[in-house]
Amino acid sequence: MASTPAQRGAGPATTADVGARITVALFATCANDVMFPQAPMATTRLLERLGCRVVFPTKQTCCGQPLVNTGYYDQSVPIVRNFAETFGGYDYIVAPSGSCVGAIRHQHAMLADYAKDPGLRRDVDAVTSRTFDISEFLVDVLEVTDVGAYFPHVVTFHPTCHSLRVTHVGDKPNRLLAAVGGITVRELTDADRCCGFGGTFALKNPDISVAMASDKARHVADTGAEYLVAGDNLCLLNISGVLNRQKAGIKPIHLVEVLASTAADHE
Amino acid sequence: MSKRPVRPSNAHDADRLTPAPPPGRFLDSPTFPKQSKVELGNAVQRRNLYDAMRTIRTKRVGVTSEADDWEDLRLAGEAIKNRTLRHLDRYLLQLEESLTAAGSTVHWARDAEEANAIIVGLVNAALATPQGDQASAREVVKVKSMATQEIDMNEALEEAGIAAWETDLAELIVQLGHDRPSHILVPAIHRNRSEVRQIFLDEMGRYGRPAPDDLDSEPVNLAAAARLHLREKFLRAKVAISGANFAVAETGTLVVVESEGNGRMCLTLADTLISVVGIEKVIPSVADLEVFLQLLPRSSTAERMNPYTSFWTGPTDGDGPQATHVVLIDNGRTKVLADPVGRDALRCIRCSACINICPVYEKVGGHAYGSVYPGPIGAVLTPQLRGVASAVDASVPYASTLCGACVDVCPVRIPLPDLLVHMRHKVVEAKAHGRPHADDVAMRVTGKVLGSPGVWAATTKAISGTGAVLKKGRVDHFGPLPWPLSLWTNARDVPAPPNESFRAWYARTHHKDGSPR
Repeated sequence: MASTPAQRGAGPATTADVGARITVALFATCANDVMFPQAPMATTRLLERLGCRVVFPTKQTCCGQPLVNTGYYDQSVPIVRNFAETFGGYDYIVAPSGSCVGAIRHQHAMLADYAKDPGLRRDVDAVTSRTFDISEFLVDVLEVTDVGAYFPHVVTFHPTCHSLRVTHVGDKPNRLLAAVGGITVRELTDADRCCGFGGTFALKNPDISVAMASDKARHVADTGAEYLVAGDNLCLLNISGVLNRQKAGIKPIHLVEVLASTAADHE
Repeated sequence: MSKRPVRPSNAHDADRLTPAPPPGRFLDSPTFPKQSKVELGNAVQRRNLYDAMRTIRTKRVGVTSEADDWEDLRLAGEAIKNRTLRHLDRYLLQLEESLTAAGSTVHWARDAEEANAIIVGLVNAALATPQGDQASAREVVKVKSMATQEIDMNEALEEAGIAAWETDLAELIVQLGHDRPSHILVPAIHRNRSEVRQIFLDEMGRYGRPAPDDLDSEPVNLAAAARLHLREKFLRAKVAISGANFAVAETGTLVVVESEGNGRMCLTLADTLISVVGIEKVIPSVADLEVFLQLLPRSSTAERMNPYTSFWTGPTDGDGPQATHVVLIDNGRTKVLADPVGRDALRCIRCSACINICPVYEKVGGHAYGSVYPGPIGAVLTPQLRGVASAVDASVPYASTLCGACVDVCPVRIPLPDLLVHMRHKVVEAKAHGRPHADDVAMRVTGKVLGSPGVWAATTKAISGTGAVLKKGRVDHFGPLPWPLSLWTNARDVPAPPNESFRAWYARTHHKDGSPR
């Protein structure tokens, strides 16, 4: 997996023609916007490096998942409507979150039907079919796995439940990581087991959530990695919450931040 | 139900025929979050579940991945169940006709109370029939059955002066332990062998043949003690009570799938056999068993085939029970069927694959769910069968991280996370008619903020403002904080928010058209 210095930045994707002339509407997600801006910043930098134009529609808020998954359908319908209106005019909507993209694809249509609004359902269907997690957009739309990244660290990867089982990103994140220069990826035991976050579950059932996060943190620590990589910052928040409390010395980092890193960042 | 010592203080009520279960009704159980705190502290259960669930999960992957047509089987299982449920009225009448033609007597029960009244009446009638010149012992032997657990039949029989003996080994451990099942397939999974040994030594002698004095905790010796204890009950009992995994409409055949053979002892040795069957157990034809007898054992015990599969189609002259009764129970199922989303849960064949893979169940076990049905399927089925009026039933739909691991293993493709969210919505709807609740206020405010782009933009500024103040104070992480933040920070740190939101960074570094400044 390790690359030589000669390979740094030598990937085909360092040229800006991979994503030439594609305009991407970035859905930062609400949590990233205020708590983890590094992920949408990295998404912007990476996509621009690959030749895309990245726009940020400022009317965006949230995917609605915190409300839907707590059972508050009526309160989430305006959020769904806002998403469809805000992103309706774009060909590609990209978010650095498997979970938020999963919620958009899997729940927005249901909520439009719940609102008994066929117009909204039509708009939702149009916009959700063009919404991608960053790993899907890179591999499926831009057709690139080597994005010219360089990250000379030992990492382990937590695939996150919704990325795997709702958004179905499959092994795309793993393929993207494997192509990063300088990186060492260590296998994580029970990688596909949930970290215990689960949105409001983490607050409604905090003790179970922590018991689950502790298993995950133990497996992460056992890999000897410096960084824990995942495609969802809220899962990272949960696991690193435990790791940080334990002074484990393992840093959480979003997949897209690794992919946006270049040799220049490490000189 | 909050604590389960090996022998609770109420254990030996002199007036009782069978070991008393823990006091209290399921409906009055503590909420899931409350009871789960107790369960998390049960070290034996934690260890047993961590090991056993991992073993069975790994085995399941082996026996399902070796079947080339596994995904086709799942699709077929889903389709057969959907078809049957869509025409349930027709298939049930056909089942009644076939059962009757085969010589069985069919009884219909709207709810648990009606079912128990019918069963008590049938047992009383069967025991009243003279058996030579000796009165029959007022007892029945039981095949492991979730339906009878659901209607709390053992206690109804106890009240009528009839002892119901569990004969499945794990159910026997649970019964003798004055306990409740904690899993639908392995109901004593929360016990270890030395606890089982102690339960056998303390209790077997009070209810039949005692365990040998020198009983140790070797599994083979524990099983031998159970075998001897149960044998006298098998040979003596005139009435057996079973459930059924499948009821075939075309032929009136009932099917029981089991591992130990104790079920078959009950099914063949008694004079009268009463089978308690949920109305969703009907399948159209014997040919459909080709699908389900592959799906069930591989998903359940993770075996290619289970050791004992019994079929019976009414009584057979001079062989086995001479009277066969079937009590078809609704007990909330038609209510579930009326919900176009929730009805998917009726496809369940009680395999336990969703329970075995559930990371939440693995931490707390079955007793936290306030129902005989734990895990993801319990969290969607029980609140549908019983409604969400009780505190425990309103709490179990939230007993999941929605990680979705259960969806991939369900042999009849029940979309469990979708149903969990659906049931959460039902809980919110029910709450809307009650007093305002902290949750409710928080969610309504969140809805207002995220539903309005302007308010959200202002909120991002406020959060970054806080971040900037914290940054000046060189705070980048928080340790323990007061309630309600303590719900997160009791065991987890949380980073301070950054002093610049993404949208502020973007506006600073980019033009509106997306070109970098």
